Amino acid sequence: MIGQAIADGILTGAIIALGAIGVSFTLQIMRFANFAHSELLTWGAYLALVFVAFAGPGTPTGPFSFGWQLIAAAAFAALMTGLVAWAVDDLVFRNLRRRGAHPLTMVFAAFGAALVMRNVVVLIWGHGSHYYTRELQMSVELLPGVRMLPDQIFILALALVVVVCLHGFLTYSRTGMAMRAMAESPPLAQVCGVEVDAVVRWTWILSGALAALAGVFAGLTPQLHPEIGFNLLLALFAAAILGGTGSLVGAVIGGLLVGLAENLSLLFISAGYKTAMPFLVLLLVLLVRPQGLFGEKA
Amino acid sequence: MLTGVFSYLVFFACIVLILGILTLGLNLQWGFTGLFNAGIVGFYAIGAYTHAILTAAPQPQYLGNFGLPWLVGIVAAMAATAFAAWLIGLLTIRLRGDYLAIATFGIAVSIQLVALNWEPLTGGSQGLSRIPKPLAGVFDTPLSFNLWFLCLLAALVAAVYAALERILRSPWGRVLKAIREDETAAVALGKSARGFRLEAFVLGSTLMGLAGALYVSFIGFVSPFDFLPILTFQVWAMLIAGGSGNNRGALIGALLVWTIWSASGIAVTKLVPPSHAAQGAAIQVILIGLLLILVLLYRPRGLIGEAAVVSRHADD
Repeated sequence: MIGQAIADGILTGAIIALGAIGVSFTLQIMRFANFAHSELLTWGAYLALVFVAFAGPGTPTGPFSFGWQLIAAAAFAALMTGLVAWAVDDLVFRNLRRRGAHPLTMVFAAFGAALVMRNVVVLIWGHGSHYYTRELQMSVELLPGVRMLPDQIFILALALVVVVCLHGFLTYSRTGMAMRAMAESPPLAQVCGVEVDAVVRWTWILSGALAALAGVFAGLTPQLHPEIGFNLLLALFAAAILGGTGSLVGAVIGGLLVGLAENLSLLFISAGYKTAMPFLVLLLVLLVRPQGLFGEKA
Repeated sequence: MLTGVFSYLVFFACIVLILGILTLGLNLQWGFTGLFNAGIVGFYAIGAYTHAILTAAPQPQYLGNFGLPWLVGIVAAMAATAFAAWLIGLLTIRLRGDYLAIATFGIAVSIQLVALNWEPLTGGSQGLSRIPKPLAGVFDTPLSFNLWFLCLLAALVAAVYAALERILRSPWGRVLKAIREDETAAVALGKSARGFRLEAFVLGSTLMGLAGALYVSFIGFVSPFDFLPILTFQVWAMLIAGGSGNNRGALIGALLVWTIWSASGIAVTKLVPPSHAAQGAAIQVILIGLLLILVLLYRPRGLIGEAAVVSRHADD
């Protein structure tokens, strides 16, 4: 019972973590809470659906319910969602920044953008659920009493690869270093010759791409619906703030902890209150350690 | 036909006035104090449910439904919302601006979950019905009741407006603006920024609770689906479009945005086949989102923004 809850929690946590990395970056580099980030997950999930509609989900390969086409779809969705995130910044946030708008004005605008983005999805695909594939698959017993679907194991492995690659990118590439410099201190980064516009662009593209992967994974387990991202909104913020904004490792650990808290809470409370769990975690963090687990100062 | 249009307009005006109270409450928090409340709908729901639970006709399957008089329900709804806001404010008011937004947004989501899941008290997804309407015995046709309620709401809005204008011109109101503009300076002059913020937060939320109680006693029914997050965004659109920091702007914004919302709703039902109702509703929400973004981009002051205030000592 508890083993299964932990396994489910880690899976949810991996999905939340991928989304939370982008929230964490925008909080730290762009300096505002992007409430439209959850809609990037939704867009990613549906953009992959477009690809699947043309290419098909592929014949099930091995124990998985999909073939290489779905992986290509995820890559396509990551690229396109990165561009969508950049486009939203270009149309809305950049103009507000240029005017020197208050950071909270950006949050208002983010809510507006979220409304538009979510409902464009409803407009195109309707309210109903969609599936990438209707293949059935058998769950595997990993430990006594702990079962997972092969697709879920695949998601965990891929999420781990993505995070490791991202860590390498942030640590060793010039762009990654510039992003970390901006996160630490924008004026100092600028003095050191960091190109602010390029960092902003890369931040959005990376955040969008990671959000898209989170969206595709959420859609794969098991279905897509227009609220797929919105329902994770509080979990994303809880994870980003719990981990300490601007920290990749923090966002990942924050995501895992929020996922675990959500699933373990089901052992004590009724499922109807499950969505309030991330919020309770968030409230606790804000009260006890607002800088987060890996943050340096308030 | 003509009476149909007339009764629709009366109903429409009632809703606008209720939303106007919500927008005035938000204006006190955001417009004058700079507090980002992303959980408007939560406070609105607390007021609505408190009123419903206290006044609805008794039914054996519910814990509440005390059948108390209307006025008791209204006062208790405001008190309950004020208490909830005070509690939430104590926990969250010191947070950074956007963290307060996240926290209040989460509170609203949690309140809706409680409304949906605590069936013995709230009726769950069924909601609570048979909520008495004030003086429904005297005004026994729907139109006469709506007309009476419209007068009641107009008087209440006028009273709230006058009271807000009065306190915002008082020293208390000036401190709020001072904290919003330059917290360090205000604190240096010995004002407790946290205390004043908390007061403004509680007072604004109390107005939202009042609006919720008025709404359920007007409709006679309460359900968790009246308290979806979209309402929070609509109220913001009202305040931003009308002119944040200006109470007249808040009321004009409520009228403007609700007109756009209702007109687009009518257009959608006429033009979009019922099979695509979800898409029609999506168009309505997209319009609200676009309005919010476009006003922020091209007319950040709103229709009538905050009037510049110059100290009367400035000429000396």
